[in-house]
This record gives sequence, C-alpha cells and structure tokens, in this order.
Amino acid sequence: MAFLKLTNIQKSFGPVQVVHNFDMGISKGEFVSFLGPSGCGKTTVLRMIAGFETPSGGSIVIDGKDQGTLKPNQRNIGMVFQAYALFPNMNVHDNVAFGLKVAGASKADIDTRVKQMLGLIKLGHLADRFPYQLSGGQQQRVALARALAVKPQVLLLDEPLSALDAKIRISLREEIRQIQQQLGITTVFVTHDQEEALSISDRIVVMNAGRADQIGTPFEIYNTPATRFVASFVGTLNIIEAKVIDPAAGSVTIGGQPVSLKEPIASLKGGDSISLALRPEAGSIADGSRGDTALPGEVVSTSFLGSVIRTKLRVGSDVISFDMFNNPGTVPPVAGENVTLRFAAKDLLVIRE
Amino acid sequence: MKAQRLGAWIAIAIGASYFIIPLLGTLEFSLRMRRGAYSFDAYQSVFSDIQFRETFGYSMLMAVLTIIFGMLLVVPTAYWVRLRLPQVRPVVEFVTLLPLVIPAIVIVFGYLRLYNSSSILPLTGSTSGTNTLLMFSYMTLSLPYMYRAVDTAMRAIDVRTLTEAAESLGAKWPTILFRCIFPNVMSGVLSGAFITFAIVMGEFTMAALLNRPAFGPYLQLVGANKAYEPSALAVIAFAITWLSMGLIQLVSRFQKSVSPKA
Repeated sequence: MAFLKLTNIQKSFGPVQVVHNFDMGISKGEFVSFLGPSGCGKTTVLRMIAGFETPSGGSIVIDGKDQGTLKPNQRNIGMVFQAYALFPNMNVHDNVAFGLKVAGASKADIDTRVKQMLGLIKLGHLADRFPYQLSGGQQQRVALARALAVKPQVLLLDEPLSALDAKIRISLREEIRQIQQQLGITTVFVTHDQEEALSISDRIVVMNAGRADQIGTPFEIYNTPATRFVASFVGTLNIIEAKVIDPAAGSVTIGGQPVSLKEPIASLKGGDSISLALRPEAGSIADGSRGDTALPGEVVSTSFLGSVIRTKLRVGSDVISFDMFNNPGTVPPVAGENVTLRFAAKDLLVIRE
Repeated sequence: MKAQRLGAWIAIAIGASYFIIPLLGTLEFSLRMRRGAYSFDAYQSVFSDIQFRETFGYSMLMAVLTIIFGMLLVVPTAYWVRLRLPQVRPVVEFVTLLPLVIPAIVIVFGYLRLYNSSSILPLTGSTSGTNTLLMFSYMTLSLPYMYRAVDTAMRAIDVRTLTEAAESLGAKWPTILFRCIFPNVMSGVLSGAFITFAIVMGEFTMAALLNRPAFGPYLQLVGANKAYEPSALAVIAFAITWLSMGLIQLVSRFQKSVSPKA
C-alpha cells in the first residue's frame, strides 16, 4: 500500500486548470522526482502535498491519514525551498532548532538533535554562523538539516539545486540522495533538470501541461518514453517521421529508405505516417558491423561537446543527430560528406502522440 | 572640468549656508544670555525648569507608546498585505498617505467631534482617554513614514517563503510574525520609530488642541514669553531630530552589513 497516495488531484486557478486528474502512490522510503518544464504543474502538486495550496478536487493521504483538512503546520512534512528560506536573524544552530523549539522539545533534546543533523550535513563547525556568512550550497544543506530535524513523514524538495552552480549541484544532489537513503525518508523532489532526476530518483513522474505523461524508473523513462513529449524532454532524442509500408511485418520507410522494425505495428495501415525515436548514442558511422540497419545521408554539422562529438545527418527530409565518443584519434566528419548511419532496428522506438 | 567642479562646490556652499547660518545664529544667540560672555545659562534655565522636564518626559512617554502601538499596527498590516492581500496594497498605501495631505488641525477637529464627552466613545471626557486619543493621533501622523519603512524592509526579505518555511516546521502565525518576520524587519521598524520619535517630540497642533502637557506646546509657550530659552530649546529640538536621523543611518548601515549574500 502506498505511503503517500495522491488520488485524482486537480487544481484550478480561476478558470485555468493547472493540474488534471493526478494519480500516484509513493511507497515508504521511495525517492520520486517530478520532472517537467516551467508551468507544467509539478510545483503546484508539491505545494498541495505541503498544504500551501488547496486542491480543487481529489485527496492526499499520508500513512492512511487524509491531509485534506490539515493546515501546513499540522502536517508532518519537511520542505526545502529553492531560495533556501533560512531565517536571516538566526544562526545555523537556531535555524535547525526552530522546528524542535516550536514542537516544545527540551533544550537537551534540541541540542542533541541539532548536533546530529549538523553532523549529517557535515557542517557542525559552522553552528554559530549566520546564513549570510554561508555559501549557497552550505545554506541549502542547513535548510535540509532544518527540514529533517523534526523527523517529517515526507520530505519535499522544491528545486533545491536550481540556484547553485554546476559543481555544487552535482555534489549536493549525491549528498541529498545519500542522506535520503540513510534515513529512509519518503521524498518528493521537483526539478526541471532531467539529469538531476535521472541520477537520483527511484521513480520519475514526467509532467506536461498539468498531467503525468509517464511514471516510471529512470531507466524506463529514458529508454522507453511513452509519449512524444517524454521522448523530447528527457535526454536528446531524434524524432524521425516514417511511412508505414507493411504494418504486420513492421516495415517502414525513412527518407525513402526501407527499414524493418522487426515487430508488427499495431493500429496502423500501409501509407500511414508514424513517429519513431532514436537516441543519438544508438547510431554510428564508424563501426561497419554495428546494427542491422543502414541509412545513407549527408553530414550537416558537427559539434564538439567534450566527451562526445555530435554530428547532424540529413536523411531524406529528417535531420538525425548521433554521438561518437571523443578519442584522440577520432576524425570527425565534415559538413557535406556522405556517410552511412548504422544502428540496430530494435533501438527505434514507436512514439505515440 | 575644474570650473564645473568649482560651480558645484559654490552651489553646495550656498545651499548649506541657507540652512547652517540660521542654525549657527540660533546657537550663538542661545549662548548670549549672560551679558558680555558666552555661557550655557539659557540651557541651564531650560533644564532647571520643572515644566520642561514634565513636558519632555510626557512627550517621551507618548513617543514610546506611539512607537510600540504603531509597530503592532503596522507590522502585521504590512505583513498581511504582502502575504495574503496584495490586491489591497494600493488602498493601504493611499490610506497611509492621507495624514500627509490632511492637515493635523482638520484631523484633530474631527477627533474632537467624534470623541467628545457627549459622543458614544467619549475619549476626551477623561485624562487617560485624551492621552489615548493623542497617542492614536500621533500614530496617524507617523503612519506614512512607519508603513513605508516597514514595507521597504519587508521587500528586502522573502516574506512568503520564510512564512511557508516556518509553517512547514509547525509554527503558527504569532510565532512566525514575532520570531521570523519581526526580527528581520527590525531595521525598518527602528527607522520608522526614530522618525515617529522626532515627529512626536515636536508636534504642536494635536497636543495643544487636546490640551495635553506635551513638549510642542511648551516650546510655543516659552517662545512667546522668554528671549534666550527658545533658542536653546530650538537647538535641543534640532539635536533630538539629528540624533534620530543619525540613528536611522546607523541602523540602515547595520542592515546593509548583514544583508544576505547570493
């Protein structure tokens, strides 16, 4: 049974409905990320769980208890905000102790718990510092310790890494995941950064226009996107327009070239258009033995991305990107060159709209 | 370039002399009570006057009460407007500006009509009632400054997120207001408080028409009957105002030095 259960959640602001029929169950100790572009409703769902927004419909149940009538300060939920939200008038110790003081804990208990929490985030030596004396990463770790100090049932993280620089983001997300696993706390993480979501989540909810387009493990989301939106939002994906020749045999044409998908295409007939997806890393021009499918094309451009070289190839009316690892001996193709792109037909995914 | 600089300095000197020369004249005159020598006799006379001490003490007390009750009115109001009722912000701003455009004498006559001894709320029927009415009228006079100072300080902190953070940690609104918001807008509150203090110490109209023994009417009384003491009192009043302004500067500097880094 789900520890945090969201049933048919809806939210409207005036005439605009921003969350539509959102259903989801989250197990105890699970780390779930809400992933989507700005305005997709992910933060609104998070704020409804926290109690800062009232759902227009549906129910939120935590550990069997309906949260509908509870105010934010009556829900046992810890929240970390993008803007840190540390109290500027309190030092690190007092910030972490705040929730415990409000709960009426004894001084000895507060001191013990604060010490424990600061040890967890490795900032015990900065207990006397004020927020303005800390870096962004340190402030966010204190905010995490403050949220965890009250032993919440659920931890909500609202884009906690967005205001930090790239290196700190990576180290802090690993730290957050490590702490979450250590404490076994049920966590909902909101982000628009797919790499962040893919790297630390047990499951990801990809949201689009107030709806959950797909819920799955990072592996499922990346490798078998359910919709065109998920395919285009998560990772880089080539969307290739193809024409069905024989649905039963799974044969199509891409840029006039015949390609066999090796499996039947359901609910389509010969002559219909179909969208196929191919990850850039699935294709190659260097390895002649790779894959069972070959598409001749013309190189449009080449971009150097550090560890990989991304090449855009024109095949018929489609432009397909593919990546090759950067080795010292690699000679990237040049624009205008005619090459053959090879890949395995099983790597082509049929995309439903 | 040099000529432009010189011109600027001359303009500043003329402007400064417009303010400083009368002040120096007043100061110099206040020191000439003893014939043929400079002395602090006028100041001694002022400080030894029992009425000075009574009126000064009374106005000080009124100023402190005005500041306390003003803060209790303005901080929660500014907080709720910012957090829950942003749509009424223009209305609140307009209301807080009214004391600047309505003369004090009009306001006090309104009070006298509304709260006279034969009205439903006869505040002027007793000394404590009149004192309360005077304090509320001082609150009204200081409202434009107090509200703006507090509102500006609130703009510097993320009131909404701090409130939500405190709520998620189990805090109720009195705790949020007094432990999370109030301390962080203290610089604004103090700036408003010092302006309020300066206003109350020099206010004449309200205190005189409500017949209360405040410092403003005392200044007028001494000015009408004595020669050197009014100048000494004027210098003292300026010193109080400048001290208040200096404290505002100090507080705002302190706030800048502790403002959060990105």
